[in-house]
This record gives sequence, structure tokens and C-alpha cells, in this order.
Amino acid sequence: MANIQEKIAKLFPEAVCEQFDTLQVTIPDSRWHDLAVALKEDPDLCYDYLITIVGMDWKTSMGCVYYMMSTTRGNDVIAVKVLATGDREMPMIHSVYDVWAVATLYEREVYDFFGIVFVNNPDMRRLFLNIDWIGYPLRKDYNDDPNINPATTRSERQSDFTQSWVEEPDGRIVKTEPRIFAEDDFVVNIGPQHPSTHGVLRFRTAVDGETIKKIDVYMGYIHRGVEKLSEKLTYQQTLPFMDRLDYFSAHNYHHGLCRLIERAAGITISRRAEVIRVMMDELSRIASHCLFMGTFCMDLGATSMLFYTLRVREQILDIMERTCGARMTFNYDCIGGVMQDLDSNFQQDVKDLLAVIPANIKEYNKVFVGNVIAKQRMEGIGHLSKEDAIAYGVTGPSGRASGWSCDLRKIRPYSIYPELEFDEVLATEGDAMARFKVRLEEIVQSARILEQLVDNIPEGEYCVKVPKVLKLPVGHWWEMVEGCRGVFGLYLESDGSTQPYRLKIAPPCLPAAGVVDHITRGMKIADLIAIGGSLDYIIPDMDR
Amino acid sequence: MILTDITETLNFANVTSAIDNLLEQTWGLPSWAATTIECVLVGVGLLLVYALLALFYILYERKICAYIQCRVGPVRVGPWGLLQSFADMFKILIKELIDLKNVDKFLFALAPYLVIIASMMAFAVLPWGRGLQIIDFNIGIFFLVAVSSIGVLGILLAGWSSANKFTLIGAMRSGAQMVSYELSIGLSVLTMVCLSGTMSITGIVEGQNRLWYLFQGHIPAIIAFVIYLIAATAETNRGPFDLPEAESELTAGYHTEYSGIHFGFFYLAEYLNLFVVSGVASLLFLGGWQPLHIPGWEGFNDVMNHVPSIVWFLIKCFVISYIIIWFKWTFPRLRIDSLLKLEWKYLLPINLFNLVLMAMIIFCGWTL
Repeated sequence: MANIQEKIAKLFPEAVCEQFDTLQVTIPDSRWHDLAVALKEDPDLCYDYLITIVGMDWKTSMGCVYYMMSTTRGNDVIAVKVLATGDREMPMIHSVYDVWAVATLYEREVYDFFGIVFVNNPDMRRLFLNIDWIGYPLRKDYNDDPNINPATTRSERQSDFTQSWVEEPDGRIVKTEPRIFAEDDFVVNIGPQHPSTHGVLRFRTAVDGETIKKIDVYMGYIHRGVEKLSEKLTYQQTLPFMDRLDYFSAHNYHHGLCRLIERAAGITISRRAEVIRVMMDELSRIASHCLFMGTFCMDLGATSMLFYTLRVREQILDIMERTCGARMTFNYDCIGGVMQDLDSNFQQDVKDLLAVIPANIKEYNKVFVGNVIAKQRMEGIGHLSKEDAIAYGVTGPSGRASGWSCDLRKIRPYSIYPELEFDEVLATEGDAMARFKVRLEEIVQSARILEQLVDNIPEGEYCVKVPKVLKLPVGHWWEMVEGCRGVFGLYLESDGSTQPYRLKIAPPCLPAAGVVDHITRGMKIADLIAIGGSLDYIIPDMDR
Repeated sequence: MILTDITETLNFANVTSAIDNLLEQTWGLPSWAATTIECVLVGVGLLLVYALLALFYILYERKICAYIQCRVGPVRVGPWGLLQSFADMFKILIKELIDLKNVDKFLFALAPYLVIIASMMAFAVLPWGRGLQIIDFNIGIFFLVAVSSIGVLGILLAGWSSANKFTLIGAMRSGAQMVSYELSIGLSVLTMVCLSGTMSITGIVEGQNRLWYLFQGHIPAIIAFVIYLIAATAETNRGPFDLPEAESELTAGYHTEYSGIHFGFFYLAEYLNLFVVSGVASLLFLGGWQPLHIPGWEGFNDVMNHVPSIVWFLIKCFVISYIIIWFKWTFPRLRIDSLLKLEWKYLLPINLFNLVLMAMIIFCGWTL
């Protein structure tokens, strides 16, 4: 860590390095693009994966905190803080869309919420809110009077144009309005009400016959402003939102936020609670992957598979219902441990589940994977190279199917994962079939973890005493956990009060939707469905 | 002796000629009046059979699909859910026909009728039973192939007149698919016509009195049967070839914009087409209404003769339909390019080769 600090200080004397839970470099906007290039390209730094961009409003100034990870050099994380230039009317930062491909999308999100313009980004539209929205909601001086942005029954205004601020060679910044599609493109709306987008996501698809020319992903139909809402709630009250992002990774997301808050507050939880949390995470993973297989096969037209996979998922939901009292929004992990103790029959239920999993996996392989039509629909479809997976930030099983070792349980182990024996499932093909098979194999690995834990749940208290209203010290923290669909990052900034000053959620599904355009070009409409299904994004997770 | 007796009593020609006698001789009507009354009777009977068969097929498919998917299917309405399809059909009848803006109103309304008329006309030449056939003329099978391809016109019109991009893509797919697979159907029918030496439906059925054509023509007949099954599945737009209405890609393809009974027509026509292609398969390969006969097994053949011919025909149809339904619920959907590749690069050359093979076998007298 020290030599990275030296290296950056040598290259950029104006950079200020501080050590928090990660190394944080503060750099003026004028040098930011150069630093970004150096961070990515320099063989000693190699921060090639941009995890997220956290927009910030510190009242006196605005800016962004970029979180990056190096995939080749020990997976360490670095933060870069950049202050925006210009006044609050139009704060500006230079875009890094040409360094990390996923930045195009993340910068749009920051623009949407903070109004920070990213100079040179070719597509500076709002990402979630509709194009006539007044104000930037996550700014601290945002006026949330409902009369300013009334709920309307009219259709949202649409535009065929985007906007972009480009820096001329003489330093002037000029606003342009390029077209999204060519003028004579045949554009088909796939979504927001469409059976295969798995929720309200919309692809504006330019097609030539059956061949896809370009896709404009249009999201935000289920944006609920979780980050904004959290700023007015106590820490405990922010937890239930985690159930409502990726509702299949509810336990994993809860686990992430609880870990973050516990670390910030200096709370240590019991070993029993850790084991319970990990077991719930892995049960969710199996349930989630089962559902993925069912719905994915249904997208391909093989409706019957859904019922075979839901059988296992139902069994898991029954286990969860008996312990958590819910089948969907569990709200089980809490600060200090878990909400209530395990059901008395939990161990036996899990053993029953583990007994049926191998037979089911065998059946899925026999029924679907070997099918000649299934192979034709999946093999070589939606190829995503390892470089692209990293550049577009596609993590989780989809990233691992491209050969990117990105399982946080292995590469940055947390909780009790270091003690557990399991393999990270990797494939090299990077196509829809690989993404399917990786998930299938991950069920086996999760079952392996459960096998190790089911007889070793230690005695002890399931929840330590935590004050009803929690106060965190001034500071900021970063946490990442492995959700069912990939890296789930959380950034928390506290001003010392009982409410978070800023809670940024970096979901895995947003980059997964962002990469759709890149890997569907030149494919058929039917392939879009197969690719979208295999990336397995959850709309509430990307929209938040 | 017994054999002829039984077949005579089960001959439906007795019934039809009795009605004809009643009208012309007993009541003394002129022959044009008698023919008109007979036509009306046939029409009413056909409509009734058509509706009942469609309802049966809906239930049949739902039950099979439920069985494949570890479910029980409809059970609430009537015993074993028997009345479920009646309830569904009643519901669809009372639904509003939604008026759409920007559609070509005439073509939009015409399309479902074209589709349903095409499948209904095919009924005219199906061999329902001994002597139970609406029209019997020397190019029966050719007529059947011809009318069943009118259906694609309805689908194209529906997709085009709806003024919707999804329906247009669905219609485009459908056009490409049905025109391609018509070739395979035509060629495999031709292969069997080679074997039978006639295009008359009665002639084809009578030719299988001793042994079904599937066994008479052995290797080429079996190849033709398999190709026919694949092509027929594609021709009826059923999974895994249901691209024109691929619900996960095009919401509902060409009939997305239809509502009420107009949608119901497409829905019924799909099931009736399933019945028609199964009927043609049983006509060409499985002896139509002929009972299962094994040469040399006199006792067995005699027992088989006691089953009414219409039962034989229906059983054969339902078995073949079962196979086609089975396809749908176990296979994923093909993609448009692989669908066309399958037809033009595999089925068509195999079919042409098969036709030559069949001609050679007949020429050499190697049929069974």
C-alpha cells in the first residue's frame, strides 16, 4: 500500500493520499483524467475495475468518490476523490468514460442525482428520473415539495436526442445534442411491459429485420429513491430497504449493510450470528440461481423447466419462512446479529434440502443443458470477453463465466468465508451457456458450504445488545459483499448524527444492464432475450 | 364372413344414404332441395364438431402440459376440469372487441376469419370413418395441402394490419416459416402419394386395408413420417417452432392486438390445425380410419374390426397430437435463422432424396 502511495505521489505531486479503510487519493479535476489513465494503465497500479462512482454533496463543495479495484494485483481497492469545478449551477468533472467503459453509465447516474456534468461523456442524459424532472434529488438543498414535480398521469416526454458537453481544444466547453439512433432506424420498444425484461426495464432496440443494430437501455421505472430516503431515517430503519433491491439477495444485502454499520460503530457480533448469516446467504444463493434457471429457460421457450427449479426454491423459502417469518422480504439480519433465533427444525430442514439437491442438479443437466436446441440457443451467444467484463464491471456469475475471478468470498473474504472450503466457479467461454453452467455449479458449491456449517452452528446469543438509536462517528466507510448477482458495494458517510449523511448503494445489476448494448450488436432479437436472461439482472436492484 | 358383416354395420355410408333416401324418396323432395338440406346439415354438424374438438384440445393440452410440469392442471370446473374449456370459451365470447386506432379496419377484421376458414375447409376431406367423409374427390390430399396454406395469408394480414411493430415482426417470421415448411409437408405428402398411387382420400385409406403405409413403405415412409411431424409442428406454429407468437420475444406476435372472439379464432384455429395435421398424418401413414391389421393374425384383425372406424381415426389423431404437444412443453424455442437452416439445409435435401428412394423402392417392388 505504501509503495502505491509513493508511486502516485511521484507521478502526481498535487495528489493528497490519506488512509481510511481504503487508500484515498484526492486530486483536482484538471489532473483527474491523467490520474485515471495512469491508475488503469500503469503496470504497478492496474486499477482496471471501476466499482462505482459515489456522487457527493458536502454542502460547501460537490464532487465524486471513485472506487476502483485491481483485478491483477491482489484485488486491492483504492478511492479517488475529485472535487467538481464550477458553481452549484453547473458543477463539472472530466469524464473517464474512455478509461472504464462502465463509467458512461455511472456518470449518468451522478448527473441525474447531483447535476454534476461530466465533460466529454457522449451521453449525458438523466438515467433514472424522467427528462423533465426539476432539481437534483440527492443535493442537500433539493426542494422535495411535491408541487414542483407532481405525480402525473400523462406519458413521460420522450426524446430522440441526448446531450453532451464537449471540451474544445481551446478549453471552451460546448453543449451538443446528438441523436441516439440514426434518423431512419426501425426502433422497437422492448419493454417496459414485456414478459422477458423481468420487470419494468425498457430496451429501445434499433433493428434491421431480425438483427439488432443498437440498444438504448432506458431504466428508472421502478426507481424509489432508496438512497435519498435513507438520509432521513435512522441506521436501523435503512435496513429493510435491502430486501427491496435485489429481492433474491435480500440476506446478502442485509449482511453487507449490517457489516458496514457494525464496523463503523465498532460492534462485534457473536460467532453464532455470523454462521447464521452465512448460511442464509448461501440458501439465498441457491434459491436465486434456481429461479434464474427457471426463468431463463422460460425466456428461451422451455416453460416446463421453471417448475422443476421452483421445487427446490420452494423448499428453501419454506425453511426461511419458518425462521424469518417471511418468504420474500425477510428483514432478518439486523445490526448486532439476526432478528430472531433459528427455528428448532432448521438443521433437519437444511439437511433435507441438501439431500435433494444433487438429484435435481443431475435432472437439470439431463433435461435442459444437453438439449440440442438449448445448446444452439446458448452456445456462442452474447460472448463477453474477460477484458470487457472487467471494463463494464460485470461481476458475479456472469463475470466469472468470462473467466474473471471476481468472487468476493474468495478474493476479499469476509465474515467466516476464509474458514470454509469451497471453489470459485470459473468458465472461459463467456457466452450464455457458460453463464448458465456457472450458476448451476455455484449451487453445488453453496450446498458444500451449507454441509460444512449445518452441524457446526455454535451456541451463543444470536444478537448482541445495540442501542435503539445508533450514532456513528464522523467519517466514511466502504464495504463490499458478494450478492447472488455479483459485487454489492456500499458507501456510508456519517456527519456524527443518528442518520446517514450519504448512503450509496452500488448494485451488481446496473452494469449488467449496461453491457447489454455492447454484447447484442449484430445478434438476433431472440438472442437479446437469451442474453438478457443469462445476465440475470433484477430491475429493482439497478433502479433502487 | 364375420369380418364383412361387422364392417358393413359400422359403415357410415348406410346412415348418409338413409338420410338421402328419406329426403328424396319418402318425402319426395327434388334433388336440388335434398342437396341443400344435406349441405346445411353437414355445415351445422361440422361447426359443432369443430367447436367441441377445439374445446377438447384445449383441455387435452392443458392436462398434458400439467402432467409434464408436475402439476394437475384444471380440476375445479366440473369433474377433472372437464368444463374448464367451456368456461374459458364462454368468457372469450362475452369479451369486448376492442376498437383500435390506426389499424386497417377491413383487413384487421378479415384476418381471423381467413385463418379459421382455412382450418375448417381442411375438415372437408378428412377421413372421419368408413363412409363418413364430407366430400370425396380424386385430388383430396392436394386440396387439403392447398387450403391449409390459406392460413398463412390470415396471419400475414393480421400482423400487417395491426399497425404494431411486434405483430409485423411476428408476421414476417410466420411468412418465412410457413412458406418454407410448406415445402417439406408437400414433399413428404408426395412421397406417400407415390406409394399409394392416388390422391383420393378414400383410395389412400383403402390402400392401407392390409397394412398401414408407414409399414408398407418402411424406411422411406418412416423418414417421411418424421419429417412430416417436424414440418407439421412448424406449420401449425407450435413450440419449439412458435416464433411468430414467441411470447417471450414478441409478447404475442401477430395476434398481439386482437381481443375477444377475434383472438379466440386464432386460438381455436391453432388447436384445430393441430387436429388437421394429426388427421393428415394418420391418413397418410397410419391408415386413416383403418383398424390396426397385422397380416396373418386373423383373430387379432377380427377383434380390431369391432372397434368403430371413427374411434380409430380419433385415437390416431390424439396420439399424434400428443407427440406434437409433447414437443412444445419440453423443447426450448428455435431462433429464426436456425429454424430456416433446419428446413433449407437439412429437411429439404433429405426429403428430395427420400422421394427418389421411395420411387426406387416402388419400382423394384420392395414394399411390404
